[in-house]
Amino acid sequence: MNKIKAAIIGPGNIGTDLMYKVLRSSNLDMALMIGIIESEGIARAKKMGIETSVAGAEAVLDRKDIRIVFDATSAKAHLKNAPLLKQAGKIVIDLTPAAIGPYVVPCVNLDELRDESNLNMVTCGGQATIPIVYAVSKAAQVNYAEIVACISSRSAGPGTRANIDEFTRTTAKAISLLGRAKKSKAIIVLNPADPPIMMTNTIYIEVEKMDEKAILLSIEAMLKEIQAYVPGYQLRVPPLFDGNMVTTIIQVEGVGDFLPKYGGNLDIINSAAIAVAEKLAAKMLTDGKLL
Amino acid sequence: MTIKKHIHLIDTTLRDGSHAISHKYTIEQIKEIAAGLDSSGIEYIEVSHGDGLAASSVNYGFASLSDEEMLKAASGVIKKGKLTVLSIPGIGTVEDLKLAADCGAKVCRIATHVTEADIARQHIEISKKLGMEVCGFLMMIANAEPKKIAEQAKLFESYGVDFITMADSSGALLPEDVKSRVAAVVNAVGIPVDFHAHNSLSLAVGNCLAAVEAGASYLDCSLRGLGAGAGNAQSEVLVGVLDKAGYETGIDFFKIMDIAENVVEPVMQRPQAIRNTSLMLGYAGVYSSFLLFTYRAAERFNLDPRDILVELGRRRMVGGQEDMIIDVAYQLSKEIKQSKIN
Repeated sequence: MNKIKAAIIGPGNIGTDLMYKVLRSSNLDMALMIGIIESEGIARAKKMGIETSVAGAEAVLDRKDIRIVFDATSAKAHLKNAPLLKQAGKIVIDLTPAAIGPYVVPCVNLDELRDESNLNMVTCGGQATIPIVYAVSKAAQVNYAEIVACISSRSAGPGTRANIDEFTRTTAKAISLLGRAKKSKAIIVLNPADPPIMMTNTIYIEVEKMDEKAILLSIEAMLKEIQAYVPGYQLRVPPLFDGNMVTTIIQVEGVGDFLPKYGGNLDIINSAAIAVAEKLAAKMLTDGKLL
Repeated sequence: MTIKKHIHLIDTTLRDGSHAISHKYTIEQIKEIAAGLDSSGIEYIEVSHGDGLAASSVNYGFASLSDEEMLKAASGVIKKGKLTVLSIPGIGTVEDLKLAADCGAKVCRIATHVTEADIARQHIEISKKLGMEVCGFLMMIANAEPKKIAEQAKLFESYGVDFITMADSSGALLPEDVKSRVAAVVNAVGIPVDFHAHNSLSLAVGNCLAAVEAGASYLDCSLRGLGAGAGNAQSEVLVGVLDKAGYETGIDFFKIMDIAENVVEPVMQRPQAIRNTSLMLGYAGVYSSFLLFTYRAAERFNLDPRDILVELGRRRMVGGQEDMIIDVAYQLSKEIKQSKIN
């Protein structure tokens, strides 16, 4: 089967985990790992036989063979990288909080966005909770959605820690926008328990008019869609109904590609990014055949 | 004549006390309590939702007033004292800190779990730029060893905080544990150290004395002890005890007793007694604000609240994880159902 070549900028935790996932993909080819210094991540990629560069985003600009670029750097770096990548005609999947392009959650709005050249993956908490809010909003009008994401301290990297507001702000905004909640709130808690806890996400949704059966069916259907690309996604507490409030708790267990299973937060945002890339790659391959 | 050591008091009736009345203070109550505290000579008057700025939510309980309404009500009546707010990164944001400063907050306490001080850096630096006095607040100090706590306090100091608060959020510590922890931090940093007690094991005031003996120069307290779980060190009692122990607070003892009895007591929904469940908070080491949510979950799932708390303690849940009370209650009720089937 033909494959579309992809590059990853940023060989940190997220970038390295992504690399493992691209290597497993049926239609993506892990062509290039890009950093800015000879880091541990670059060495790891090299050792695995992957082409590397430490020239930053520049390294991919004249590589006509590479069509998809994952940016796993920082918001600041992505703001610099994005215009260069756009000019070079690359499709960019942005895993930073920069959010130059529209938010995308694969099982919610991927189909609407296939002509965009820059897609933002929201946050780990957003990828975990927006599908549920969206599923409920298909069955009832959502007046308010509130989520509490709890991640293991060990899987919260320096970027998240330095700007924790980016998580709460971006997640809440995307819950309203994609989840169609009139109002929203996002909270994040880091827990240092040892052994590390799995990522949990509690979702509280207040609806205008309760329809328990329709909401349950809609959530069940959504679960199947997410589990297709995030196998460790499950309900810890199935939807509980109390007046106009639906409460459910999600657990995300990582597949353990790079970080252990407690890194469900990394796993879900990366799995979503791969789902987006694979869909775009599939389209490129079909269009290619038509030409 | 020896000069008595001065102890700075931070009264948190209008912040931690807010837990005990499910965040339902009225404008009038805030004005009356803040004005009373101010006239008695309390230096720091903390006003916020129990879980800090922007914490009004399903998870922590909706407050009857917005942050802005609470803070403006208090700042309008405080003449000598400093209006203080608390914010937990992950819940409150930089925008909320700016709003607090605009509403007259002079001091802000940025709170993190005892091992996660680095998530507060941005909030501390911005609060300093806003001209506020800033405190780095470590929650759940019972969950870490003295060395670890000292290391985290040093991080706060490096970000520029003016003092450190060490909070025994579950009220789990015995006086000796308080002493070793406070001493470790006092020796590690060059800024004042504050201790925040909870009364789950009936040790709040005693632990405050232990903290002062170990070098703390600030103490948190609350009128009638009003606070999460079994409540805090009781302000009016602490003022009397500190005086007897040879410390100076600058507080009018009769005045602060009068405010407790005439203003705060009528607001209270239940006596701030150590009931079985709040005793379990201290015994199992669970965050004090979980108390009322645990009662509700126990009722909803037909469980003994103590079983929920023991499991929460075993899982080492941290401040802010009120949602896990539902998780634990659900899992426990499922286990009971299954054991009945088998």
